[in-house]
Amino acid sequence: MSEHVEWSEPEAAPAPVAAAVTPADAADAARLVAFGLQPKLQPARDQEYGDLLRRYREDPAFARLADAVATGLGLVVLEVSPRAGMAVTAAEDSVFAVRMGDYARRTSADSVDRFLHGLAHLAVAAMAFPRPEDLADDGYIGRVSVNGVDSFVRQACRRLEERAEEQGENTDPATDAPGLEAAWRIWARRSSTGATKDARRLAGSTTGIVGKAVGFLTDSGFLQRTGDDNGGTYRTTARYQLQVRDMAGSAAMAELLDLGIVPVTDGTASLLPPDDTDDLELVADAGLPFHS
Amino acid sequence: MTSPVSTDSVPPQLSAGPRPAPGPAADEGLARRLRALACTAPLHDLDARKANLAGEYSVYGMAEVALAAIDLVTLNMDFDTGADHDQIVARLIPRIAAQAPRRPVEEHERVARWVLENLINVGSVDRGFRAVYGTFASDGTYVRRDYDFKLIEEVPGYGGGVYLRTTDEAVNVLVGALDTDVTSAQIAAEVKLEVLISRGRLADAQLAAEQARYRTVQYSETLRRALDATRRNVRAVDWLQAVPDMIAEALDHVADRYRHENAILTNIRKARDESEDPEQKRRAAELVDIVKDCIRRHTQLQSRLLEAGPLFRAEQDRQAFATPMTTSGTDLYGHLLAPLLPLPVEQARRVTDAFFARGTGLRTPGSPRLGDLVDLLFTPPVEREHLGAEMPEPDLIATPDDSRFSEEQLAAAMRLLDLPADAPRRLSGLLAEARRSDPELPYLVALLAVHAASPPVGTAYRQGEEKLLFAVDDGTELDDPEFGGADLIVGTALLDAAGMAADRSEAA
Repeated sequence: MSEHVEWSEPEAAPAPVAAAVTPADAADAARLVAFGLQPKLQPARDQEYGDLLRRYREDPAFARLADAVATGLGLVVLEVSPRAGMAVTAAEDSVFAVRMGDYARRTSADSVDRFLHGLAHLAVAAMAFPRPEDLADDGYIGRVSVNGVDSFVRQACRRLEERAEEQGENTDPATDAPGLEAAWRIWARRSSTGATKDARRLAGSTTGIVGKAVGFLTDSGFLQRTGDDNGGTYRTTARYQLQVRDMAGSAAMAELLDLGIVPVTDGTASLLPPDDTDDLELVADAGLPFHS
Repeated sequence: MTSPVSTDSVPPQLSAGPRPAPGPAADEGLARRLRALACTAPLHDLDARKANLAGEYSVYGMAEVALAAIDLVTLNMDFDTGADHDQIVARLIPRIAAQAPRRPVEEHERVARWVLENLINVGSVDRGFRAVYGTFASDGTYVRRDYDFKLIEEVPGYGGGVYLRTTDEAVNVLVGALDTDVTSAQIAAEVKLEVLISRGRLADAQLAAEQARYRTVQYSETLRRALDATRRNVRAVDWLQAVPDMIAEALDHVADRYRHENAILTNIRKARDESEDPEQKRRAAELVDIVKDCIRRHTQLQSRLLEAGPLFRAEQDRQAFATPMTTSGTDLYGHLLAPLLPLPVEQARRVTDAFFARGTGLRTPGSPRLGDLVDLLFTPPVEREHLGAEMPEPDLIATPDDSRFSEEQLAAAMRLLDLPADAPRRLSGLLAEARRSDPELPYLVALLAVHAASPPVGTAYRQGEEKLLFAVDDGTELDDPEFGGADLIVGTALLDAAGMAADRSEAA
């Protein structure tokens, strides 16, 4: 968790209480970080990894050494535990960071595609952890499917479209200002799938974009594929929960606040946009709606 | 789309007279009609562009094929998925073939695929269409806007397949008045249908029944969306009022329609069986099919409706009744995704970029060694397995030939019975002649003669045969050592093949 990040700050000077660090200790610490760089590797499956993890948790000097190695390499330590292993992620501008241009080639030229790919990642996370409790609960395992994520976003877009219609708004964007088009329209008007000559998923369709996102997250050790239904079903790993909770969620939130958007909720689970409370509130003791 | 226009912000036809009331209210009707007009443009476009295709395609009515395609997709859309691409092409071909019967079937198929692909608009990245139109904004300025729409969209189905669905826009183009209250429109159509049937006006009744079916499809489509949303997110749907009301309404609707349509079915069946006119009979039979299809769709809808309650309760248990956590994390949907979607894409992109940068984890950068690179580049690509498992050679067993008469015997008997039309013969004479060549042959000749006593006239008529073997009993006793009975007169009747063909085409 985040305290490890704070520990890693004053790393330059090792704690004086510990015995002198030997080159063998440094090698072990670096070895642990190297294990952390293989996100699909599970601690339970590797004896040496498990031993090093235990040493990290029991030997504070070793822990600080490992944190220092990670920080020096441009990594942020999210958590070190038997379930998540040495969960490290790339710091900003680190050589390990993923760049959008490398992720999908079109995105460097096309800002619309860039947005769609980013939104796909956000939507996968929102679908995997639908309620704040799910993100906070360490034992929670989220499940997502490619088609599910797509229709989940489409549903949200459709609600916005319906609301705009109710208010008599004309949401068709002005021709010469594509950047002002509402974000939901971009997703809504992109086709969800398409037939291709070689029976692969159409890369530019929304299911293609979501499929790329979950495939990438699987390679990052964040998701595990569980089946082929609904365009591919996946379950989340502890690392993904940490990454979304401690890194991505707050970064995106900061950016949103920077834009002057302050989402207000009552602190409890609200899967809905905050300005739409009238049709979502289930009265506390109303029981199942079928009773009425 | 952006044709050169004058710098004057007001279109010429408006600048002459008094300025129209500015503002969105005055323009809204116009904008709506412009959008409706835009939906028909792709169809006109097909006919305009067919000249550019390699080959002579002007004989085909592309707009007609396109409308037929939209019809077919709408009618074949199932509750769960959509219409199958190949099936739509196959069903389009008869209409295209009728437009140019002399052209090869491959060309007909090519036309069908071309029309379908253009309705999907395969070439564009959105797989949709865009039209530009202008409106006055509330401050009186003239704004050009993009209207994006689709006619047929591709949706994912089970097993990774891609299915077709018509969009609301397409359905509205197809049957203009569909933008009305579904239920009342359905009732009106059914009442009309009953009246028409009771008056025996089946042609009109068929039209009404087909319209009723479009509405049925639209009704289930609306419901499918609501149920879909429930499965994803219980709180996204109003389960206190709206959905239970809708389900109750829909169940009533199904029960009502079911009763109604069964009554109609009985009526049409009666019309079909009592009618003398073959044309009317055929129409009634088609109507029976349509109404049966309606009933099938209602039944499907009903089973979905019954599943909705348990589905909600299960999701409710999972999503709402878990023990509350004390610490509260970020609400990814409520705090991030939902506020982000209404933003202009330029701003929304900054948020998604931030999420992407921090949410994708790490990638260990690849550092290729020259040696590995050379190996990699020289490795031949792995051949894909195109073929499945090898088929086992089937073990064939020759069945013993247990027929009583050989092919030669049949040929001999047919030669013997190939009588001139003006010279029929007695069976006794034929038997005697057969016996001279082969002692078994009389049995075959007798058998064929007995069959000829009741000649298959209907089959010969349908197959357009020119002559027919017949046998008549004139009361004479057969005098033969092996056979007894009547000494039949066997002869050949000539049939009027040309006349029969003309009759047949009239009846069809």
